[in-house]
Amino acid sequence: MRQWLTRHAQNCVASVGRLVAHPGGTLLTVAVIGVSLALPAGLNILVRNGEALAGGWESVRDFSVYLQPGAELANAQALVNELENVVDIQSVELVTADAALKELRDSGGFAGVLDGLEKNPLPHTLVVRPKAEVPAANLERLAAELGKRDIVDQVRLDTDWVARLNALLDLTRRGIWLAAGLLVGAVVVIVGNTIRLDIENQRAEIEVAKLLGATDAFVRRPFLYAGFWYGLVGGLFALAVVAGGLALLGGPVARLSMLYGGSFRLVGLDGTSSLAVVGGGLLAGLAGAWVAVARHLAAIQPKV
Amino acid sequence: MIRFDNVTKRYAGGRDGLSEVNLEVEAGELVFLTGHSGAGKTTLLKLIALIERPTRGQVLVDGRNIGRLPARAIPKHRRSLGMVFQDHKLLPERTVFENVSLPLIIAGMPRREIARRVRAALDQVGLLGRESAKPESLSTGEQQRVGIARAVVSRPGLLIADEPTGNLDPALSLEIMTVFKRLNQVGVTMLIATHDLALLDLVGGRRVVLADGRVSGGSG
Ligand SMILES: Nc1ncnc2c1ncn2[C@@H]1O[C@H](COP(=O)(O)OP(=O)(O)OP(=O)(O)O)[C@@H](O)[C@H]1O
Ligand SMILES: [Mg+2]
Repeated sequence: MRQWLTRHAQNCVASVGRLVAHPGGTLLTVAVIGVSLALPAGLNILVRNGEALAGGWESVRDFSVYLQPGAELANAQALVNELENVVDIQSVELVTADAALKELRDSGGFAGVLDGLEKNPLPHTLVVRPKAEVPAANLERLAAELGKRDIVDQVRLDTDWVARLNALLDLTRRGIWLAAGLLVGAVVVIVGNTIRLDIENQRAEIEVAKLLGATDAFVRRPFLYAGFWYGLVGGLFALAVVAGGLALLGGPVARLSMLYGGSFRLVGLDGTSSLAVVGGGLLAGLAGAWVAVARHLAAIQPKV
Repeated sequence: MIRFDNVTKRYAGGRDGLSEVNLEVEAGELVFLTGHSGAGKTTLLKLIALIERPTRGQVLVDGRNIGRLPARAIPKHRRSLGMVFQDHKLLPERTVFENVSLPLIIAGMPRREIARRVRAALDQVGLLGRESAKPESLSTGEQQRVGIARAVVSRPGLLIADEPTGNLDPALSLEIMTVFKRLNQVGVTMLIATHDLALLDLVGGRRVVLADGRVSGGSG
């Protein structure tokens, strides 16, 4: 067991040596992997910042449900109770006709007009706050459904642009998954091809090693380590690219935010995403190496 | 140590490399395999190293029918014998030391032990001090001796060599043969293919003559 570990450690270090021995090619491969992984990571940051931005307008997602004039308070209360149990809804506030009138009166201006009325012309109103993560489509469905009820006069869902932003974020999120999938696939291919060339270049060594009794595992190992290192360093390179991009954009974004009187700051990659980038790179590197090794090593048989 | 029982090797394409060969090599023997070009010398050695498998018959090494060994058992079998090749098959990018240490690295030997063994093997072939040289900076005879050092570094009980002196002038050939004789004297069983009959007259040893894939003479 200890011997096995030592051998792995030696192999691991030796494979670094081999990669460092050809800095040009290694750097190029690592850079290509890094850029491939930085792309989905960058998009991820874009979406996270978009979410942060959209989250600031949570109240804009609130919508008002105007009940029919003359609707019973008990019925209004019943509707509140019902809506509070809907999964997409976080809270419902009932603004009774009286409260609305009082507020209107307190705000001044209409005092004379309002006093002349013998009946309160205002309806009861519900202010519905949906949960933050609820997609706009659900809100619209909910609003439409509510609008059809007899007790409801009108629903004002004034969230068009938030809906659009959310739809866009949604699309981008999906796009990221797609891009991430494609680009990780690209990394597998890149590493696979690099390892294939490595195997081709070391054909003579592999043949001799097999003649001298090397097992498949022995011959395979350095190439798998190479794939591992390509992936790992490529992932770290991607993080560096992302960090560099954020550093470049951070200043201008803060200035822009200040000009608009906001306090928005760019959100970076969180720990999980960073780990995903490095881990994804590492796994893709290993997978690429594995594919190359599986396809090309067995074909090399010593000839005498 | 080695026994061939009615061994036939038919290559794809229908050519017989060996036909019904019977041969026995005792432990500790030094046996020379001779015969015309195409007689089947290389084929016989390839069967022992499991580079090829017999079509019919049994090849026994240390009492084991190696023709039946599964593919995953081949590496272990190859590690148990030493091989010397006519073109020596050294890795040009690696130093003499690295080349000779390769079998030990493959066997997973600790590094310190490797260094000791490699030097001992190089000493046996008179190349101590050339450890850090690259093969191309050595003479042909020296390269062949590095190949021999690599073949014996893991101290195999059996060494097979395919025309180890094929590229060498008579003086160098004799030098190589002397190395083989010395190794044989410390107990290594040897099977050496060569068509250098003049050399064999100088060296002596048992001979097996192949012709058209059959044992045709010698003390087979
Ligand atoms: N891979 C192969 N495929 C088909 N035929 C082969 C193959 N290898 C050898 N042969 C044939 O088998 C016969 C024996 O070949 P082998 O290489 O064993 O001869 P040899 O005694 O080593 O000859 P030489 O002295 O020229 O090296 C030859 O007729 C050869 O053409
Ligand atoms: Mg031959």
